[in-house]
Amino acid sequence: MEEDKIFAGSKPNFTYSKSHMNFTAIYTIWEREIIRYWRDKARIISTIIQPLTFLVIFGTGLRQTLATGTLGIDFLKFMYPGIIAMNVMGVAFFSTISTVWDREFGFLKEILVAPVSRTSIALGKALGATTVASGQALLLLILAPFLGITLHFILIPKLIFFMILLAFSISGLGLLISSLLKSLESFGLIMQILIFPMFFLSGAFFPLTAVPNWMKALASINPLTYGVDSLREIILSDQITSGEAMKIILHSQPVNAFFLLAFSALMILAAVVAFNKKN
Amino acid sequence: MDVIEVRKLQKKFDSVVAVDGISFSVEKGEIFGFLGPNGAGKSTTINILCTLLDPTGGDAIINGFNILNDRDNVRRSIGLVFQDPSLDDRLTAEENLRFHAKLYGVSKADYRERVDEVLDLVELKDRRHDLVRTFSGGMKRRLEIGRGLIHYPAVLFLDEPTIGLDPQTRAHLWQYILKLKNEKGMTIFMTTHYMNEAEYCDRIAIIDRGKTVALDTPDNLKKKIGGDIIIMQSLEKEKLEKELKEKYDLKVKREGDNLQIEVADADTFMPKLFNELESKIQSIEMRRPTLDDVFLDLTGRRIRDEHASERDMMRSQVQLRRRG
Repeated sequence: MEEDKIFAGSKPNFTYSKSHMNFTAIYTIWEREIIRYWRDKARIISTIIQPLTFLVIFGTGLRQTLATGTLGIDFLKFMYPGIIAMNVMGVAFFSTISTVWDREFGFLKEILVAPVSRTSIALGKALGATTVASGQALLLLILAPFLGITLHFILIPKLIFFMILLAFSISGLGLLISSLLKSLESFGLIMQILIFPMFFLSGAFFPLTAVPNWMKALASINPLTYGVDSLREIILSDQITSGEAMKIILHSQPVNAFFLLAFSALMILAAVVAFNKKN
Repeated sequence: MDVIEVRKLQKKFDSVVAVDGISFSVEKGEIFGFLGPNGAGKSTTINILCTLLDPTGGDAIINGFNILNDRDNVRRSIGLVFQDPSLDDRLTAEENLRFHAKLYGVSKADYRERVDEVLDLVELKDRRHDLVRTFSGGMKRRLEIGRGLIHYPAVLFLDEPTIGLDPQTRAHLWQYILKLKNEKGMTIFMTTHYMNEAEYCDRIAIIDRGKTVALDTPDNLKKKIGGDIIIMQSLEKEKLEKELKEKYDLKVKREGDNLQIEVADADTFMPKLFNELESKIQSIEMRRPTLDDVFLDLTGRRIRDEHASERDMMRSQVQLRRRG
């Protein structure tokens, strides 16, 4: 048997380098997220069915009751952007929280021991989740005509921009939580004390313009609030008058964008710090 | 040059000292084994060497790089097979290899060349496009070994590589490990608490409570025992013990109900014993010394303990559940 290159050790077959932000590493981790998502058909189907159920059951049920209210807009139309934002959040959160599964099943160790920085790992994960979540949200835009909403193509890039921002923020949050969670057991608790309240306090189901102050305060630190608000403003821009918009829109788009950007940066940073703690 | 050089390595967790000033070096092309019971500090040492843990004292050089300040180069220099499975079972065998190669900066051209070589070596070529979740425990282990090699490391770390595998798969896996050493000249650093596996190593360090209590080739270690071991059972234990001590000037060890002696050459000593002994013996057993005897001799305890096998069983059950 001839000697081949596995016969290493005499001299290192790589260059002396420090890896900081490594684009190949980010891409590789991103790619794995995409492959895994694409392979899990059951998960794709369930995350598409969930918003549909919300729209059909919740929307149709409440539509009659609320028709006489002061909303000034058809409840289904009101809820639709919120449902899209919720879907973005759900997919982004589940994709990043899967890091806990990676830990449980050992794969995280394979990633953590590779010669790449924790920042690259966190960014790869977050970008993977962002891609998957925004992609799926785009799919939900197909529903618009069925709800009587006409979407101009010109709005699509704006929508994508905010979908990506929201997805990235939630991915950061998911990563931070998964770096702190050591086991799957606490996962149910996180759902109860964090995810459900975030859903319900986001303005997806009711406008936050006329709620008590404590609720306003909580909503103002909820990234989903800003996501719902921005998507609603874009999707409904051609559907309602500015007077009607006043009743349901909270912030201007630059405010929404700024909050989401700041929130993502903070979360990713915190997640990297948490992952860097050797344990 | 030594591939691994460890100097006075120490790791404290709060008040517990897991690794207590270990020093050793591993030469190029050898299989170096860390033998010791569970909890002796073997995995902690591996975790420090692969830079997953920081030591609280001492340092180590791997492939010329210091683990304290040259983390990434140390990581590129080692291939790792962890104690617990660490494959993504939703990916195919090849996708797992490609993921690893990219993270370790292997170029596309090199990868294409190496992937066949590595899959050949671990005999998984025909399964390269299958999802890992369809693999058996032994196949997964082989794939992990293959994955650890794809960036051409200077040393392969195997942490309890055969834990949770059935004996047949275990023996099979050893064929691959020995092939690596013999055909590729791979340097291998491994931990184990199985005696028979430690026998495959060129040199072993016996670890107990965070310290190296001995370091030599398996043969030399066994020679230190002083020959063969004879174990006897008798109803006249006291009389027999006295007789053995007085007539033959032997050190007699009590092992439960048994008396144990060590003699240079049991083949000629036993017939002599039968002719001359006055005490009645019920049974007699002769065997060559094992590493377990070495461990007993050095520490006063046996390496095998019930806890270990219980944990192994639990581990394999967990793996079964995950596979399902």
